[in-house]
Amino acid sequence: MRWGLPLAIAGLAALLAAAPARAERLIVSVSNHRVTVTPNYSGGELVLFGSVEKDDKTPAGRNNYDLVVTVSGPRADMVTRRKERRFGIWINTDSRQFIQVPGYLALFANRPFDQIASPEVQRRQQLGLNNVLLTQRVGPDFADVVPNDPFRSAFVRLRTEHGLYREAPSAVTFLTPTLFRTGIPLPAEVPIGTYNVEIKLFADGALVTRTDTAFEIVKVGFEQFVANTARHNGLAYGLVTAFMALMTGWMASIVFRKD
Amino acid sequence: MQLYLPIADIPVNVFLILAMGAAVGFVSGMFGIGGGFLMTPLLIFVGITPAVAVASVASHIAASSFSGAISYWRRRAIDPLLALVLLTGGTIGTALGVWTFTFLRTLGQLDLMIALSYVVLLTTVGGLMFWEGLRAMLRVRRGGAVTLRKPGSHVWIHGLPLKLRFKRSKIYLSVIPVVVVGLVIGFIGAVMGIGGGFILVPLMIYLLRVPTSTVIGTSMVLTLVTMVFATLLHAVTNHLVDAVLALILMIGGVTGAQFGARAGQKIRGEHLRLLLGLLVLAVGIRFAIELVIRPEDLFTIRESATGGTP
Repeated sequence: MRWGLPLAIAGLAALLAAAPARAERLIVSVSNHRVTVTPNYSGGELVLFGSVEKDDKTPAGRNNYDLVVTVSGPRADMVTRRKERRFGIWINTDSRQFIQVPGYLALFANRPFDQIASPEVQRRQQLGLNNVLLTQRVGPDFADVVPNDPFRSAFVRLRTEHGLYREAPSAVTFLTPTLFRTGIPLPAEVPIGTYNVEIKLFADGALVTRTDTAFEIVKVGFEQFVANTARHNGLAYGLVTAFMALMTGWMASIVFRKD
Repeated sequence: MQLYLPIADIPVNVFLILAMGAAVGFVSGMFGIGGGFLMTPLLIFVGITPAVAVASVASHIAASSFSGAISYWRRRAIDPLLALVLLTGGTIGTALGVWTFTFLRTLGQLDLMIALSYVVLLTTVGGLMFWEGLRAMLRVRRGGAVTLRKPGSHVWIHGLPLKLRFKRSKIYLSVIPVVVVGLVIGFIGAVMGIGGGFILVPLMIYLLRVPTSTVIGTSMVLTLVTMVFATLLHAVTNHLVDAVLALILMIGGVTGAQFGARAGQKIRGEHLRLLLGLLVLAVGIRFAIELVIRPEDLFTIRESATGGTP
C-alpha cells in the first residue's frame, strides 16, 4: 500500500466556499480521499496538509497559531465489560455501553493541549482523549463521565493499545508560520467507512476558526465482492462456501488416494 | 505472507493459518473428530472475533470430515443406516441448540456459559476417555484380552423397543438411544460451536456398543452433515462466515486429515482413546485455568449489535 504525498491542490478550491467569514481561513486537504483495502493491506498512513489564510481583518502580527486535528472513524455502539472474581472464577460482572462512539479516533496538535488552551476551552472544544465526548448509557440516561471513570479509561486504554485511539500533541508540524502538515496513521485493523477530519485553529488560547474534511476507507475488488455477497446474498454465499468445503475435501481424497 | 480477510476484517499470516489447519486436520483425521474444539480457540487466539471463528470453523470441519469420510467409505468403515438414524436426531438437536443459543445470548453471559460448558464437558469426557484407555492398556499389558464389547452382557439399552439390525456394524439395537445420542450431539454442537465428534465417538463406543471399526467413519458422516447445515445457518443468519479464512483452513485441514487418518489406522484402539482423552482433557484444563487465574486485563470491549437508542 503506497499512498505517497500527492497534494490535490485543485481540491482545495472546493473548500473555500465552506469557510466562514472570519479573519482567518483554513485550507486543508488529505493526501488520499479514498483508501482502498486490498488483500495485502497491513495499515498505512495518510498525510493532511493545510494552510492558514489571512485576510485584511486579521490582527496584525498574529503568528502564534495552534492547531488541533481530530480524526474520527465510523461510529458504533460498544460494550466494555469488567471481570470480577465470583465463586473462584473470573466472570464478567459489570458492563457499560458506549453509544455511537468512533471506531477510530485520533487527536493531533502542534503542542500539548494544556498549553494551547485553558481547561475550560479544552473541555468545550473536546481537545484530547480525556475531553472527547464518549457517551455512555448510565442507567436510563445518556452521559459522558469524568475522564478517570474506570470504564471510560479502560475503554480508551484498550482502543489505544490497538492503535485505534491515539493522541499525539506534537504530530502537527508548522512548515512555515501558516503552512502545516500532519500524518494520520491507520492500523491494519482499521474499521471500514467514512472518516471525518476536523481541524481547529487556535490563537492566544481561543478558537479562531475551524474546518472539516473527510476520507473514506473502502474494500475493493475481491474483498468487497466477498463482503457484499456475504451481507446481501447470505444463502447463496453459504451454499457456495459449503460446496467449496465439499470440493476441497473431495479433491484432497483424490490427490492423496493411495490404494 | 499477509492476507486481508474480508469478513474478519483483519490481516493474517497465510502460512500460520495453513499450519493451524493442517495440525487440527491431522488430529481430526486420526480420531475421527471435527476438531472444532481445538480450531475455534486457536483462531480466537490469533485475533479473529469468536463469532467469525465459530462460523468459519464450521465449513472447515465440513471439508476435513468430508475428505475423511470418503477414505473411511472406501475402507467400508461407515455404517450408512446408523449414520442416517443418528442424523435424524442430530438435525432436531441442532435446531434446538440454535434456539437455545439465541435465548442464552439475550440473557448475556453467553461467553461464560460457553467457557463453563467447555470446562465441564471436556474435562469429564477427556478424563473418562483417558482413564478407560489407561485401564485397557494395563489389561493388555497383563496379558488379558481386550474385552471392549462383552458379548453376553445386556444393559438396559438392549431392552428398548424399535430394534433395528445395523448390518455393517453387526449390532442389533433399538433406534431410540441412537436418535437420542444424535440429538444430544446436535444440541451441544450448536450451543458450543463445535462438531461434537469427540463426545460422539465415546458415546457410540460405550453406550451404543458400536464396534471401533465403524465408529470413526460413521461419526464423520454425522459431523459432515451437521457442519454443512451449520455453515448455511451461520451464513444466512449472521453473515459471519469468512470464506477466505475457511478456504485456507480447509486446504491445511484436508491435507492434515489424510495423514491423520492413516496414522490413526496404525495406532491401536486403546492407545488412540488414551491420546484423545489426554488432548480433550488438556483443552478442558486450559479453559478452566483461564477462568480461575486473574486475567491480564479485567476489561474487554465488544461491539454491541443492539441499537443505542432506548
